[in-house]
Amino acid sequence: MGTGRLYGAVAAGGFRRYATYRAATAAGVFTNTVFGLILVYGYRALWDERPHLGGWDQSQVVTYVWLGQALLATLAIGGGGVENELMERIRTGDVAIDLYRPADLQLWWLATDLGRAFFQLLGRGVVPFLFGALCFPVYLPRDVGTWIAFLVAVLLAMLVGFGIRYLVALSAFWLMDGMGVTQMAWLAGYFCSGMLLPLNVFPGALGEVVRALPWSSLLQAPAQILLGHADPFGTYLFQGAWAVVLLGAGRLVQSAATRQVVVQGG
Amino acid sequence: MGETGRVREGLRTYLMIAGMWVRSTMAYRASFVMTTFGSFATTFFDFVGILLMFSRVDALGGWSLPEVAFLYGVSGTAFGLADLVIGSMERLGRRVRDGTLDTLLVRPAPVLAQVAADQFALRRLGRVTQGLLVLGWSLSRLDVDWTALKLLLMPVMLVSGCGIFCAVFVAGAAFQFLAQDASEVQNAFTYGGGALLQYPPTVFAKELVRGVTFVLPLAFVNWLPATYVLGRPYPLGLPRWVAFASPLVAVGCCALAGLAWRAGLRSYRSTGS
Repeated sequence: MGTGRLYGAVAAGGFRRYATYRAATAAGVFTNTVFGLILVYGYRALWDERPHLGGWDQSQVVTYVWLGQALLATLAIGGGGVENELMERIRTGDVAIDLYRPADLQLWWLATDLGRAFFQLLGRGVVPFLFGALCFPVYLPRDVGTWIAFLVAVLLAMLVGFGIRYLVALSAFWLMDGMGVTQMAWLAGYFCSGMLLPLNVFPGALGEVVRALPWSSLLQAPAQILLGHADPFGTYLFQGAWAVVLLGAGRLVQSAATRQVVVQGG
Repeated sequence: MGETGRVREGLRTYLMIAGMWVRSTMAYRASFVMTTFGSFATTFFDFVGILLMFSRVDALGGWSLPEVAFLYGVSGTAFGLADLVIGSMERLGRRVRDGTLDTLLVRPAPVLAQVAADQFALRRLGRVTQGLLVLGWSLSRLDVDWTALKLLLMPVMLVSGCGIFCAVFVAGAAFQFLAQDASEVQNAFTYGGGALLQYPPTVFAKELVRGVTFVLPLAFVNWLPATYVLGRPYPLGLPRWVAFASPLVAVGCCALAGLAWRAGLRSYRSTGS
């Protein structure tokens, strides 16, 4: 089997696995919709006080809220990607089987996570976004080009998101119990990706810092393209650079781990 | 055995199991300290979000920062207490799916107490502490015209709020007997409820406020009693006495949740594995 086909099959497997749990998906859609509703009212009150805050008008911030709910599970910003399973396999020692396989560990899990992300985008993302678009006055771009540019940014965001979470998962080689690290990563992701508050609303120097961190590639970057507030190519360069750095770091840590660490047995 | 005997039995079971989990947690003190801090920090970030909002504006829906912090502190503490006491119930779906609930059914102790105390996590005190700190800060900033009635309302508000959230947790667990995989729906009402109550009622649409007053009465956790304490106009033109209805609402919710729990438990069919 060719390499491309192998990872394609792994990604398709990831997609199918998450597609199996229909009730869980429906429950997730419901929960995202409820949270979206609450946030829409909260943010609209903020924009009522300060119209054009962060350069957005009311309809644009409403789009942002529903986009956030659509991408939360897709990019596993609140956790729940494949990293939990990988950590568990490292803890129990099952990762030894993964390392035996005639496939690269990082690419294997990247393919699985991409499969999961595509399913979450279609299964959990589309419905809350449509609900928001139908029930509230939202800003939506009219030209197909912006939508395509937006989707490319989402794809790059998937790579960056995996890059961060893969590093988190590999920490289990040294720490065994990854609960603390997972929690810290979740907090950082929530705060720095724009889930807590759009990054263009952050004041002063704090805003400058969070907008330069890799997490801003996740939600803020695709959102700014969709809302017509960012140049796609500059954004791709930013996201791409972070993806290369993070995936490269993941590769280095992976080779250090497989060379030096004793796998758990028993 | 009478109804009071059953309640006493349930409480005894609950305290025994919870105590056991506390002892087992204390075997790893460093981990306990870190996860408690984590629980504190997680909820603290929610409040940072509000602080960041107020770095750009002076009021939200006509409420100032100390007033919003008061709402946040009350709902955060009430939710934190409920989460500490029976937050583990959200894991019931997993027990139903893998059949481990059967073990609890054959033990000579009330199932509700066993499920509620299962994996009792003292680290959730972090969330309660955070809520109380924000509440304390807001009280130091607010210029409330204190009366005996308002002072009395403070503890009543926290305990009733805890009761209402406990009812939501139990009802959510009862729903999981049917839903199994769909346990995430519960989050929309528990965590979603917490997220809703940190904003003032004035920012939401009338229908939504009506819904959380008359259908799922979360408004009685903090919106209505806080409106009285802060001396603000009531939402939906409600009469002034509703601020004191929280304990009754809490009891009513717990009774309904208890009925739902019984119905759920009766409908339980083991996976047999």
